Amino acid sequence: MTALLDAHLVVNRDAFHLDVVLRIAPGETVALLGPNGAGKTTALRALAGLAPLAGGHLRLDGEDLRRVPPEKRPIGVVFQDYLLFPHLSARDNVAFGPRRHGMDRRSAHAVADRWLERVGLADHGRRKPRNLSGGQAQRVALARALAVDPVLLLLDEPLAALDARTRLETRGELRRHLAAHPGATLLVTHDPLDALVLADRLVIVEQGRVVQEGDAVTITARPRTDYVARLVGLNLYRGHGAGHVVSLPGGFTLTSTDTVHGDAFVAFSPAAVALHAHRPDGSPRNTWPVVLDDVQHHGDNLRVRLDGPISVAADITPAAAAQLDLSPGRELWVAVKATETRAYQA
Amino acid sequence: MTKRVPVPLLVPAVLGLIFLILPLVGLLARTPWATLPARLAEPRVVEALRLSLLTSSLATVLCLLLGVPLAWLLARVEFPGRRLVRALITVPLVLPPVVGGIALLLALGRRGLVGQWLDTTFGITLPFTTAGVVIAESFVALPFLVIAVEGALRGADSRYEEAAATLGSTRWTTFTHVTLPLVAPGIAAGAVLCWARALGEFGATITFAGNYPGVTQTMPLAVYQTMESGDLEGAVVLSLILLVVSVAILAGLRDRWLTAP
Amino acid sequence: MRIRIAATIGLTSLIVLAGCGGGTGPAAAEKSGSVTGPVTVFAAASLTESFTTLGKRFESTHPGVEVTFNFAGSSALATQINEGAPADVFASASPKNMAAVADAGTPATFVRNQLVIAVAKGNPKGITGLSGLTGPGLKVALCAEAVPCGAAARTAIDASGVKVTPVTLEQDVKAALSKVRLGEVDAALVYRTDAKASAAAVDAVEFPESAKAVNDYPIVVLTTAKNPGGARAFVDYVLSADGVRVLTEAGFQAP
Repeated sequence: MTALLDAHLVVNRDAFHLDVVLRIAPGETVALLGPNGAGKTTALRALAGLAPLAGGHLRLDGEDLRRVPPEKRPIGVVFQDYLLFPHLSARDNVAFGPRRHGMDRRSAHAVADRWLERVGLADHGRRKPRNLSGGQAQRVALARALAVDPVLLLLDEPLAALDARTRLETRGELRRHLAAHPGATLLVTHDPLDALVLADRLVIVEQGRVVQEGDAVTITARPRTDYVARLVGLNLYRGHGAGHVVSLPGGFTLTSTDTVHGDAFVAFSPAAVALHAHRPDGSPRNTWPVVLDDVQHHGDNLRVRLDGPISVAADITPAAAAQLDLSPGRELWVAVKATETRAYQA
Repeated sequence: MTKRVPVPLLVPAVLGLIFLILPLVGLLARTPWATLPARLAEPRVVEALRLSLLTSSLATVLCLLLGVPLAWLLARVEFPGRRLVRALITVPLVLPPVVGGIALLLALGRRGLVGQWLDTTFGITLPFTTAGVVIAESFVALPFLVIAVEGALRGADSRYEEAAATLGSTRWTTFTHVTLPLVAPGIAAGAVLCWARALGEFGATITFAGNYPGVTQTMPLAVYQTMESGDLEGAVVLSLILLVVSVAILAGLRDRWLTAP
Repeated sequence: MRIRIAATIGLTSLIVLAGCGGGTGPAAAEKSGSVTGPVTVFAAASLTESFTTLGKRFESTHPGVEVTFNFAGSSALATQINEGAPADVFASASPKNMAAVADAGTPATFVRNQLVIAVAKGNPKGITGLSGLTGPGLKVALCAEAVPCGAAARTAIDASGVKVTPVTLEQDVKAALSKVRLGEVDAALVYRTDAKASAAAVDAVEFPESAKAVNDYPIVVLTTAKNPGGARAFVDYVLSADGVRVLTEAGFQAP
């Protein structure tokens, strides 16, 4: 599949330097995922023409967009807090784009009505944005961005402003609309769940650089940076592999059932970490002494952070916790089965 | 409800209020209520009031036409010397209006820099005309409008303008369809300030436009001339009318425009 | 406080007595010797140049006296005095404004003044009299009728039977004159003295009807004067031969 969007974005803003390559195929949704300040929104603004490019290239559907002003780019944007025009009704907000593209008032309103109906707000057209709920405003913003038939749809943290319940509903609905969008879609988010549910492919940026990209399965299975590992909830270590053993800096070793040579990562889930009050004995596995640092709720379980020769996170059930007396400073033993670890080339 | 107001704040606050209100009380105390209706009906009073309302309204329109784009330029466009321009705009605020009047004469008078050309080319002379009054009033009132609107523009979220751009809106349509509606309350507030300043204008008007009943004699000039002629009572009456009219109009506008949406 | 007021009244009557009994003029004033302190003089705008000169000379012959002037339209001055402005001497450009002042004692007429038509240097519009002020497009400034030069102008114009429509009614004679100097008007009716003081910039056109509107200038020591001694001495100096000479040189006529 040839890329609809082919961009190499270089932006310099004060001390911040962004340099990312993005390619998106027609109908594909790519999530740009990264921590705050990674440059996600800057990349989105550069694509929309709101931030100047210092270098690189930007082609959309074969057209060079570098010198095209924002109002002439076939791009629709859903902004983080939607930026619905407060003085216009929902219907006029959606009709705004078609009107600016030369459509007469009546046709623009017809387009707007059609889009409002598609997002399930047919009877909310007369409302001003201040009379819409967060979820409704989000849908109007989406309708407004799609009403200009953009080749590239950009969404900046489209669900961040919603409460947890609305978010769940809206996420599902958004997924449906993105799937129906024939052009390319770029979703900027810091929420891995949004990225996993909505996107076909993930591009992860840190400090202005792409650190990893690929489909959700690859990335969740084989994170390549601490950020990604935390994001997908894995313990991740980098070291030197020699067969089943990976040596970490400082001499600590982890054993895996995978085979790896040279520069390597070792990853395992916090759920794979077992805690013991005393040194466990028995089958061959990774065990080492640790000191309890911190305990937090994590869903129905508890996530325990432990210091030792390597820092590690463990998920345990409240029942297990009750037997262990989890107070900070408590000395414990950790055990991780070799079958639960994954070792792969760095 | 029962929070105590600190005395070091309360005392000066009350003194300040008294200081502002006392002169008005003085004016009311000396008002000849019995002859008031007869005075009100005097043709020169009606004439001066009509002229004042007309010129200050025209000045406000002129200030809106020139001041809103100027404020937009200052708020939204980076250009060299912007700080200097902003400083220059505040000059008429601190300049004594009489000095403004003299400056206007030297620029737009019959022998002035531009006025000379206006006279020889188009046969237009501005001093001693109602248009001259509008110009003098606009000169002193424009900074109020520009400052108010620029403040509103800076306060308005410019990302709405970016959103409009991504929807295909040019800068001009964005200005008319997004920016203006967004800052409308600020513009209204600026226009009211501007109008009030124009209504009270004296120094620049009498210096630049002169003083002739029905043509250039606005209410403040009529007040001054009546006072000069030793008719203190008449001056009090005129002052009272000006006060009542301006307060009434400002109060009316406040309810209609200036309340938060 | 009461003692001081009593002393002031006593001093005033003493000076008034001295003024009635003795001769007027600088010699008498010098002899008194005790005259000191500030003297505040409210004078008609048309007296600006001549009184400034007189003030300097008076100060040089009366060391210890400091004369401050407030020049403005006579009607404005009268209002200010009635509203309690601290004046010792009031010199008005007309008896009417003098009469409006409640605290005026017995004023004396010290000069008279007459109107001329002030025109731009070289008289480009060729104005020769009041009838020349009626041309189309000709701009004329008059003083507002509340001030003496305006009242005199009205009298003179009415006497001539010519219908003059001014473009502006200025607040005092200096303002009217400045409009001629700026070229904003073609002519203004001002006092001969004012035109003379600005002879470098304007020409004066005499006209016969001005004889029907001669202004008497009265001067008085106000009964509320804070420095009645100094005030009396200044008034005496204005009325002295020295004073009259300065005033007539400026274009005033002796009464």
